[in-house]
Formats: sequence, structure tokens, C-alpha cells
Amino acid sequence: MAATDYTPEHQLFRETVRKFVEEELRPRAREFDEMGRIDKSLFKKMGELGMLGLRYDPKYGGAGLDWSYSAVMFEELGRSDNAGVTMGISVQTDMATPSLAQFGDEELKQKYLVPAIAGEMVAAIAVTEPDAGSDVAGIKTRAVRDGDDWVINGSKTYITNAATADWLCLLVVTDPDAGYGGYSQIVLPTDLPGIRYELLDKIGNLGSDTGLFYFDNVRVPVANTIGDIGRGFQQQMMQFQDERLVACVSSMAGSEHLWQETRRWAEERRLFGKPLSKMQNTQFKMVELWTLINAAKELTRACVEKRVAGEDATELITMAKLFCGRVSRQVADECIQFHGGYGYMKESMAGRAFVDSRLISIGGGSDETMMHYLAKQLGF
Amino acid sequence: MKILVCLKQVPHKDARLEIGSDGTWIKEDGIKFEINDYDNYALEEALRLKDAGEAEVVVATIGPDRVTQSLRTALGMGADRAIHVWDDSLANADSLGIAKVLAAVAKEENFDVVFCGLMSDDSNYAMVGPMLAQLLDIPHVTAVVKTDFENGAVKVEKELEGGTLEVSQVPLPCLLAVQTGINEVRYASLKGIMQAKKKPLDKKALSDIGLDGAAVAPKLSIEKIYTPPKGEGANLLSGSADEIATQMVGKIKELGLL
Repeated sequence: MAATDYTPEHQLFRETVRKFVEEELRPRAREFDEMGRIDKSLFKKMGELGMLGLRYDPKYGGAGLDWSYSAVMFEELGRSDNAGVTMGISVQTDMATPSLAQFGDEELKQKYLVPAIAGEMVAAIAVTEPDAGSDVAGIKTRAVRDGDDWVINGSKTYITNAATADWLCLLVVTDPDAGYGGYSQIVLPTDLPGIRYELLDKIGNLGSDTGLFYFDNVRVPVANTIGDIGRGFQQQMMQFQDERLVACVSSMAGSEHLWQETRRWAEERRLFGKPLSKMQNTQFKMVELWTLINAAKELTRACVEKRVAGEDATELITMAKLFCGRVSRQVADECIQFHGGYGYMKESMAGRAFVDSRLISIGGGSDETMMHYLAKQLGF
Repeated sequence: MKILVCLKQVPHKDARLEIGSDGTWIKEDGIKFEINDYDNYALEEALRLKDAGEAEVVVATIGPDRVTQSLRTALGMGADRAIHVWDDSLANADSLGIAKVLAAVAKEENFDVVFCGLMSDDSNYAMVGPMLAQLLDIPHVTAVVKTDFENGAVKVEKELEGGTLEVSQVPLPCLLAVQTGINEVRYASLKGIMQAKKKPLDKKALSDIGLDGAAVAPKLSIEKIYTPPKGEGANLLSGSADEIATQMVGKIKELGLL
């Protein structure tokens, strides 16, 4: 039983997600790489299974559950053999929709949250800009009010689900003189005139469609603002917590899966007359990695439990994000070494993990952003 | 319509199996279990009847505490209630013993249809279904690949050798032992899982269904299970694809098979 299987329902939900991963995602993992995105119809299937609204109000089609179920889901999705696909799904569930669910008004939730939970609409989060990433306050995309509309100009980059998204949770500057009170979050349908995107060519996470958006005098109703005008920065900071915790859970599931596959490889691979797994160097390295993975999983579990208990987990999640990113990179690096030449092939799970895991230390706030926050918290 | 689906919990298809110390079965400690794949299709067939109209779907299984997980999965998929029978004397039960227990369960209610999988993934006997039908004195069809229920009977397609199909009309009540691939098995949705919490799961001892250990004592016992030793004498052919093909034809001719 996994650490987050608190009840029989958790176990059953794990079974369902595992089956979905084994039947729908893993067999098509390389196909999604080729396509550069997940098959959009799978969102509908995930919606029917209840996977896209775990913590959201049943009134909007959600399940009204807590973070422990999200942990179960991403522990299983992390084993999909396609980190890009897992990321695309997590953008829908934990990066682009939490603010809308928490702060959006009834009409906005009916129009955009309900179909997102049902998998009929795909969402993306649009914060990063060509000149502002982890420094969120440095964004320049501007929304100027014109009657009942916002008129938006600017660009957003590294947007996951760029080609599949039906709407963006867009962070814009609505009052450049109001400091942290000058940002707003807006639901922006992607089919509006004045929006165009181009896809970006990444080194890893190939199963997700990452793009650059341009907004040229895009008009959207002011009614599409999520929560209060001017509260976008604060709302986005809260939304980041879910994003980071998802990254911890899914990256450690991926690392564990890779470790297990590497062990299988080491047991079968024979060198100098004996299996690789019987060599002390292999055993010591594998044990070391296992210790790191378990330490990271335990830290992550502590974060999940704080979230379940409704406590502020910001500091712990920040540490977990920093630690999990580094552990996943180390695991991938060492596992490539065990695989030798094969590990350097694109078809090798270790090789893919090597480039995929690199993103954990960058996306959702870089390692340096995490350390900057922690240094402040510790009084430096 | 009242439907009974007989389920068996078997080792997970990805479990790393090791032979137990007495050499008669695998080590069950620490491995995961799941619903026998054939039985998943049987359950799905029953749930489709339920979806199509008025039907109650009851699932039954025999096994230690761990099998409740599979029953909960079945309830999460849409079954209405579950029956779990266990007694330590059933630990080494043979097919007839299992069929007797299921017959006793089935006799307590008037089921119109009993569904089961064609066989189990672990022991492969394929006997429980036909034996159960015999004990219940109802007709049965095995290797079912299609069902069409109409007017108190079912038109059944059964798989024969070489892709041939046999069609028969069977009156209800009857037992159908289902082949895999007959349908697309649904997942237990989160909503279904949460609803399953409130569905009845009856635990029964042998005495609750009018049986005792002697009645189900096995007549068949496993002497040993083992991994076949690696064979010898394989001919490895080398060369280009054309060369290998030529060598292969030569070998086949040598053996007088061509």
C-alpha cells in the first residue's frame, strides 16, 4: 500500500488511474512524443472518470475531495512514461484551474470550470513572458479597460497545452502604478481575434505542446476577470503551490519507476560473467538513489498531509520542489550510466528522464527562486 | 433481471512470481492481486445489461480478506451488491469445491443469468463455470463472444477452433462463461468508487450457505509447480535475411515437414 492510500477508496482510485495509465497512456507514450501533444480526446475520458476535478466543488462536477487524492493520481500519472503528458494533464487540474475554482464568480465557473472538469475544454496557464519568468512581477502583458472589455497586448511563452488549450488563465498587468495590486487574472478563450501562437521545440517533455502566444488588441469581457481586479498576483502565488506540489509527486513517481526499470535492467545485463546488479558499485549507487527517492517522497508526503489538514505548506512545498528537482535529475543521470550506450538512446527511459527531469528545477519557479524564498524565510 | 457474476482474484499480471517453499503454489505474500481478466469481461457484459434496462448485478467471490478489494472495484464499476464467502477450509479448494460454494450462493436467490469468465489467469482449469451450471441444473455456454438477450432467452455466439463461431439460443436461467475481448471493460469512475461505499458487501461463512469443510474438501491436489528447465538444441541461424530464410527452408525440409 502506498503512503497516500489512506482508505479503500484511495486504493480503488489508484487502481482506476493505474489502469488508465497502463491502457491509454503508456502504450501511446511515444506516439504522443511524435504528435508533440496528448490526444485531446483523452481529456474527455479523464473527465468521465472524475480525474479532472478531484478537489473541486461537486456543484461544478468536481469530487469535493482533498489533496490526498491528487497525490494518488499523480503518483500513478508519474508512471506514464511520458513526463510531457503528465505535465499537460497537471496544467489542466492544478495550474490553470485552481484560481478559477477558488476566486471565480458563478457565471465564469459555469462557463469555463464545469467544461474543464468534464474534460470538454482544455486549459493552460499563461504567466511567463519572454522577459519575465520566475520574476513574475516583471511581466509586461497589459490589459487596458475599454468599457466592459479588456484590451490585451503582449506575449506569453513556454505555455504548456498551447495547441490544445481552449482557454488561458492569463496573468496581466491591469494597473502599472499599483505594484503588487496591479495584476489581474483573466480567462482568455484562445479562439478570440488577435491571438496567435507558435509551438516551441523543446529538448524534453516531448509529449506536451509548449508554445509562445502573441496578443494583439485582444478584446475580452471584463466579466472574464477571475476574482477581484488587482488581486491577480496574489491569486497566482497561491496557484503556484499546487503546481509545485504536483511536480514533486509526479517527478518522484517517475524517478521511482525509472529506478525499478533500471534495477530490472541491472539484473538482466551481464558483464564479466555476472549480472550488473551483483556488482558492489551498482548496489551502492542503487541504494543511495533509493534513499534519496524515499527521502523526497517522505518530504512530499508531509506536504500533502499539511494540505489535507488545511495548513499552510508554502515553506515545506518550496523545500520539496527544490529537493525533488535535484533528486530526479540525479536519479536520471545515474540511471543513464547503468544503461551505458543504450541509456544515451532516445528510446531509453533513462535517456528521456535525463532531459525531462531537467525541467523540474526550472518550471513552476526555478531552484533559485525556491532558495531565494527560503533564504528570506530563514532570515538571511 | 437478476444477474450473478462470479469473480476470482488472481495475482496481478505484472507481479513477480516465486514458487512457495512447499512447491505447490506461488508465494502470495507481498504481491498485488487483481480481478481475473476473463471475469472483468463477464462483469462488463452484466453491467451492459444493467445499463440497457432493469437489472440487478450481484458479484460473488471466494477468498481471504484481500478479495474485498476486488469486490469493491466491481461495486465501483457499477455492480449493485457483493457477496464474499470465506472459510479456511477453502484455501486448497479445487474447482468442484468452488463450484459447490457458488452454487450454494446462487441457490439462495433466483438468478436469471450467471456470468463467469471462461477460465482463471492463474490456474487455467476452465471448469468452475460448467460445474456450477451442472450443480444448478441450468444450461451453459463457454467461450462466449457475443450475447443478445431477448424474450426470456439469449442468443449466444461461442468461439470454436480456427475462428469458427457457433450460435445457439439458450433459455434463461443459464450460465455464460465469457471469453476475453467480448466488450470494452469500463473503469471504476471516482463517482462510482464513492457510491460503492454505500453498497452492501455481505460476508458469508460456509455455514451461512449450508455447507461445511467436508462438503468442499478437494478431490484434486497439486503435486508440484515448477519452472520448466531451459531447453537445449536450438539452432541459431546467422546471415542476411535471405540467407536465413534459405537455411530455414532447408532445415524444415530436413525435418520432413515440407
